[in-house]
Amino acid sequence: MQPVSATDKAPMMSLRGITKQFAGVEVLRDVDLDLYPGEIHALLGENGAGKSTFSKIIAGVHRPTRGTITLNSERVEISNPLAAQRLGITLIHQEPISFPDLSIAENLVMGRTEGSLLKRVTWGEMTRDANRLMNLLDIRIDVTKPMRGLSIADQQMVEIARALASDSRLIIMDEPTASLTPKETAILFRIVRRLRDEGRTIIFISHRLEEVRALCDRVTIFRDGNRVTTDTIQSLTDTDIIRLMIGRPLQDYMHKQGTTIGDVALEARNLTLPGTFEDISFTVRKGEIVGLGGLVGAGRTDVAKAIFGIAPAQSGRVLINGQDVQIRDPSDAIALKLAFVPEDRAIAGIFRSLSVEQNITAAVPDQIAPSGFIRRSLEKGIAEAQVTRMSIRLASQRQPIGELSGGNQQKAILARWLLTDPEVLILDEPTRGIDIGVKAEFYDMIGALAASGRAILLISSELPELLALCDRILVMSEGRLTANILRAEATQEAIMFAAVPKTTRQIEGVA
Amino acid sequence: MTPVGSPKPVDALDSAGQQPTATVSAPQSGREFAPARPIWQVLLIRPETVTLALLIGAIIVGSQLSRFFLDISYILESSTLYSEYSIVALMLTLVIISGEIDLSPASMMALSACVFASVFQAGAPIWLAILASFACGLAMGAFNAILVIGFRLPSIIVTIGTLTLYRGLAQVLAGDRSISHFPDWFVGIDYREILDVPVPVILFTVAAIIVGLFLGMTIPGRQIYQIGTNEIAARHAGIRVQRIKAGLFVGMGLVASLAGLITASRLASVRYDMATGGELQMVLMVMLGGTYIFGGRGTILGTFLASWLLVIIATGMTVANIVVTSQLIVMGVLLITSIIATNAIYARSQR
Ligand SMILES: Nc1ncnc2c1ncn2[C@@H]1O[C@H](COP(=O)(O)OP(=O)(O)OP(=O)(O)O)[C@@H](O)[C@H]1O
Ligand SMILES: [Mg+2]
Repeated sequence: MQPVSATDKAPMMSLRGITKQFAGVEVLRDVDLDLYPGEIHALLGENGAGKSTFSKIIAGVHRPTRGTITLNSERVEISNPLAAQRLGITLIHQEPISFPDLSIAENLVMGRTEGSLLKRVTWGEMTRDANRLMNLLDIRIDVTKPMRGLSIADQQMVEIARALASDSRLIIMDEPTASLTPKETAILFRIVRRLRDEGRTIIFISHRLEEVRALCDRVTIFRDGNRVTTDTIQSLTDTDIIRLMIGRPLQDYMHKQGTTIGDVALEARNLTLPGTFEDISFTVRKGEIVGLGGLVGAGRTDVAKAIFGIAPAQSGRVLINGQDVQIRDPSDAIALKLAFVPEDRAIAGIFRSLSVEQNITAAVPDQIAPSGFIRRSLEKGIAEAQVTRMSIRLASQRQPIGELSGGNQQKAILARWLLTDPEVLILDEPTRGIDIGVKAEFYDMIGALAASGRAILLISSELPELLALCDRILVMSEGRLTANILRAEATQEAIMFAAVPKTTRQIEGVA
Repeated sequence: MTPVGSPKPVDALDSAGQQPTATVSAPQSGREFAPARPIWQVLLIRPETVTLALLIGAIIVGSQLSRFFLDISYILESSTLYSEYSIVALMLTLVIISGEIDLSPASMMALSACVFASVFQAGAPIWLAILASFACGLAMGAFNAILVIGFRLPSIIVTIGTLTLYRGLAQVLAGDRSISHFPDWFVGIDYREILDVPVPVILFTVAAIIVGLFLGMTIPGRQIYQIGTNEIAARHAGIRVQRIKAGLFVGMGLVASLAGLITASRLASVRYDMATGGELQMVLMVMLGGTYIFGGRGTILGTFLASWLLVIIATGMTVANIVVTSQLIVMGVLLITSIIATNAIYARSQR
């Protein structure tokens, strides 16, 4: 039945008629799928198509409403994540869920010590193990530090390392690359290929077609909870995939034309936070989109946080419209008409158990309570307009935002900040987890905002995104600005060259 | 949809599925096939519903125990014993929703009441004594706030500390004697009635309405939930987390001194051991009302219902001649059960 071109072996897992309902809403409908040993299988689909839900069913996080799962030709009930682990199934979540107060090493061995309660894990052993895993991934992090301080990309890498530590037969990676730069992505791909060659099965979810093309053997496309097709990657063109995913051709993003770039809106002068970033100076003008590229851990997010008052710099100045300002708290920044979309939506963005409405209107209290009392009708109307504008897919506006798919949560956070009508907009990986259909619309929106005189600072690990959108691209490496590249001269190579740490660059130069 | 694996050309599939495709891919299609949760489900997963059911159950059981239970004025009379705690529990609900806790209010009641009594005894006019009591409440709340917010210490530890500290100060100030001889108009608040309802009960009800409106209808009220749900996100969204939390702790101090004054009036005397152990009753009311111990959820309605539930249970046990020590066991079991139940309800609605 399945296109067995990838392999002639028997499937390692067969799913039949998988259906999932949440409170009566069907989000997966009769999905059949065979997974083979030694394949990398991509799941594609718009935000809310059901990819994560499908993965969570395999990993025992959700129980299917109907349907059967066969593992190595045996019927299995995967009733909880622990059962999945025992069956050799590991899920790397879209939002890393770890224990922020435990050390990285402890997080890495977490879940592996079960069944051996009497066998104590010694610190030395654990640290050594953890270091070995991190070396495997080519990451230099102190494993004795707590998870809390890690960037989202590093957290993601720790999650991946944890999955590698278990010898699972099936590893599901839900958007593992969303916050990785090309360098980390390359490392990850190398490891994933090695796992495949060992005969393991990998399910890989991503919104970036070029990654899927580079890595995966077969793809399954979801649309609105239905599996629309499963095929080898070679037999589908990008156009096919997009049409199957979103049911219409993609419009090309055109760079904004003829915007007049005005006065300096945001200026940073010699911003320094010892140990994090040093001597950062740059300007963003009205109508200008300035990109901020660099490797993960280069300090880009820290600079943004400093400007926005979350973790202010120790020295240096911030000027808004040429005026010196003191921003000690995000509320100061918002009063100055700054907005900041953080990269880590689970921690810094959403109020998980509160309604979508409340989440969208959280930064604009005056708009929903002009008289001091919240007016439901205003709140509802404002949220409704944003839901339509960002095409947020939901069951009800009063639904807890935690029930939305990852991409739709991200759209809601974007909507929250667009509502504040900012003059300076700092976006940290704003399209993380957003599907390609909405991405193009979002780029248009950013272009339009700039065209209307907003200053935009865009932090992104996606080089094509920086190249397509920005008038100018700044690059950071090891806490310092290393390049300021004009649009005309910007290439992927130029950005990557400036992003690689100097020390490594010299070594490579010698070699 | 397409049979598994049939190598159908993409175009064929698309044209075959043209009609459904057009509607299905409309961005908001999710809403059309997605009715909101049925109302009974929404009600059922609310912990206040459990509180209400328990309240009704307790009334039924109580009325079997004694015919006094059908006499509303008897219930109202007994409830005056609890009104002070109930009023503080309203404020405590806000503190717990914001993700903090305050275990010092009973001690704050005692110390501010001792300040009131001492100032009065020293010959000052009574209004000055009342003012001093509120000033003391404000100072104690502010001290808690400084430790929790300024020094970023866990509120549970801080307020266990100040619980002891404030009680100790009260003892130093008032010694072992009980201070009384307040003017007639001040004492016996529980015997004064408006439309047959004792004044403390009216105070509690009015306070519940005001706090309930504040929490449910105003921006700071909403921000308390947001802080309790995700403090980091709240800060990113420009919510003045520290200011709001400090306000809540100071508010606790003020409300506690009000409760202390009501108690002083009811007992017509003040001793340093006033309201000893009261913090447990207050926490119990908040928990029984379905407020989540880890913050972010809970309502004033829940605490309001739970206060009445506690009154009914306590009165019922007294009527049934259950000794005070056994009453404590019942309270303890209730506290644990309510925490488990609330947790279970919220965990269910999560996944
Ligand atoms: N716990 C839940 N309760 C109710 N609805 C849910 C829940 N989890 C997911 N859904 C709904 O199921 C649908 C599919 O969500 P899912 O997370 O699987 O999408 P996805 O394909 O992973 O999207 P994305 O690309 O944005 O991550 C969405 O409409 C979502 O709102
Ligand atoms: Mg997802």
